[in-house]
Amino acid sequence: MKISEVEPCIWEIPPTEKPGMRVPARILATKELIDTMDEGVFNQVTNVACLPGIVKYALCMPDGHWGYGFPIGGVAAFDLKEGVISPGGIGFDINCGMRLLRTNLVLEEVEPVLEKLIDTLFYLVPAGVGCKGFLKLNKKEFAEAVKEGAPWAIRKGYGWPEDVQYIEQGGSLPEANPEKVSEKALGRGMEQLGTLGSGNHYLEVQVVKEENVFDWETAQKFGIEFPNQIVVMIHCGSRGFGHQVATDYLRVFEKAMPKYGITVIDRELGCAPFGSPEGQDYHQAMLCAANAAFANRQVIIHRIREAFEKVLGKSAEELGMHTVYDVAHNIAKIEEYEINGKPKKLLVHRKGATRSFGPGDADICPAYREVGQPVIVGGSMETGSYLLAGTKRAHELTFGSTLHGSGRTMSRTAAKKKVQGRALQEDMRRRGILVKTVSYAGLAEEAGMAYKDIATVVEAVHQIGISRKVARLKPIGNIKG
Amino acid sequence: MGRYEFIPGVAIADLAFEVEAETLEELFTLSARALFEAMVELKDVRPVEEVKISLSAEKLDNLLFDYLAELVYQKDLEARVFSEFEVSISENGNFKLEGKAKGEKIDPAKQELKTDVKAITYHLFKLEKRDKGYYARVVLDT
Repeated sequence: MKISEVEPCIWEIPPTEKPGMRVPARILATKELIDTMDEGVFNQVTNVACLPGIVKYALCMPDGHWGYGFPIGGVAAFDLKEGVISPGGIGFDINCGMRLLRTNLVLEEVEPVLEKLIDTLFYLVPAGVGCKGFLKLNKKEFAEAVKEGAPWAIRKGYGWPEDVQYIEQGGSLPEANPEKVSEKALGRGMEQLGTLGSGNHYLEVQVVKEENVFDWETAQKFGIEFPNQIVVMIHCGSRGFGHQVATDYLRVFEKAMPKYGITVIDRELGCAPFGSPEGQDYHQAMLCAANAAFANRQVIIHRIREAFEKVLGKSAEELGMHTVYDVAHNIAKIEEYEINGKPKKLLVHRKGATRSFGPGDADICPAYREVGQPVIVGGSMETGSYLLAGTKRAHELTFGSTLHGSGRTMSRTAAKKKVQGRALQEDMRRRGILVKTVSYAGLAEEAGMAYKDIATVVEAVHQIGISRKVARLKPIGNIKG
Repeated sequence: MGRYEFIPGVAIADLAFEVEAETLEELFTLSARALFEAMVELKDVRPVEEVKISLSAEKLDNLLFDYLAELVYQKDLEARVFSEFEVSISENGNFKLEGKAKGEKIDPAKQELKTDVKAITYHLFKLEKRDKGYYARVVLDT
């Protein structure tokens, strides 16, 4: 496939390379990253470029890898009239995302109680296959929760009113309509609020080392104020509820496509015109799942505050456990961009990509508006994670998007053959990272060696300018499903 | 005798398996076993509870997709994992499946759990009739 570097670190595949491509495909990466990207990325990003109503480019971020339908790291914007909505451009785990909490604790205060803290967190935040939460809701109550999102959880006493200011779009997407969600989806998800799930989802206690802060001024705006400060990060999504919504609509779209004369190269790219009844129904159902994920992360951080209170013997308020930010990295949202010199509303799909709005954007809470939104990038449990800030350049280049993580390079099956879960746990303990897991096989699959080097992918987005480095966060304790 | 195998390198972030079977029924039950083997050590799951499954689909491959998706749904609904499966498949315009799945409640103290499966995907999804039976390839979102 013909690919050329049109600007430093921006690689373009012209529409002449595949029949049906409506726009060029663009991959953002350094030379080193593009050379090692799997073939699936090139194939999938050019498939996305074939979808009706796509605007400007089909994009892939530097952490991109082979997914299903869209590549992971895929971003595409669609015209609201001519374009489509596709579950394959959002992922099964709708609004999988990250939340970062800060504390006023330093490493020296937490180290002596770390084991007890991790045990308490492990008990209070259920993880693993089919896990259920402490909230026992019926379908009607759960439907209320998914209509409202994070504010529902706060109203029920799980969190602080200030939290919503620090969640992408206030943790509540108003067009969510539970009537568009199946009984099955409600039944599957109603007892899972407050749970992590499994796979690459985790809860992590991290430390901010002085040498890992790249921009103290911005860090301080985000509440990262002193060396050795302790923060807590979670990575999880909408659990079985979102997975069921995606599964249900994949089948709906498969049946609907012939009616709209749409054919797709890959069945995972099943879609419907955004304005069609099927497209609108999925949009409203998908937003319910997005709200469910915001509510899930809200309930989880409430439990994290409880765990710290129990172990440290102080209130969460005294411990300064404020939300830094909460970002979605599997979602589609209506946002406005300048197209041919005119502002235009578009449906931006982000699958394994994070919103990265820059300074001055009205969608960012006042506390951060001057510096750009926080972007939370989850790394592997061995190598650490990053806190970045959004930029105006992302608005121009990538429909306000950036990377979401480090990106896998090795399959789960291959990782399990190379690494043993218990040995890895012991090895990480020696390196100062305490890991507690429901599944040792699952732990082995998440070994750092199965991922790209996060520093390299973060360096790429920093160089390209679609977000900028603020701090690297080093894990000291991790809980995995 | 049929077989199933997890295949590396097909879906980097996820899990993929392929199945070969002499009959359609065997193809479906082996696929179900592979699905649960991704999540739990099957020998740890006692077949003490039973759910009935009844489905129909317009095409055979959709029937397999819906069958596996139904099992994933059942896993979350009552937090159960399954280790024994029975199905019968008939065709009368549509394809129809009647089946049972046997298993028990998830209990990390008694079962070695692995990775949760979020969904069945259409990525490289395949069901085909071959000379000596049937073949299927399934990628699981994990």
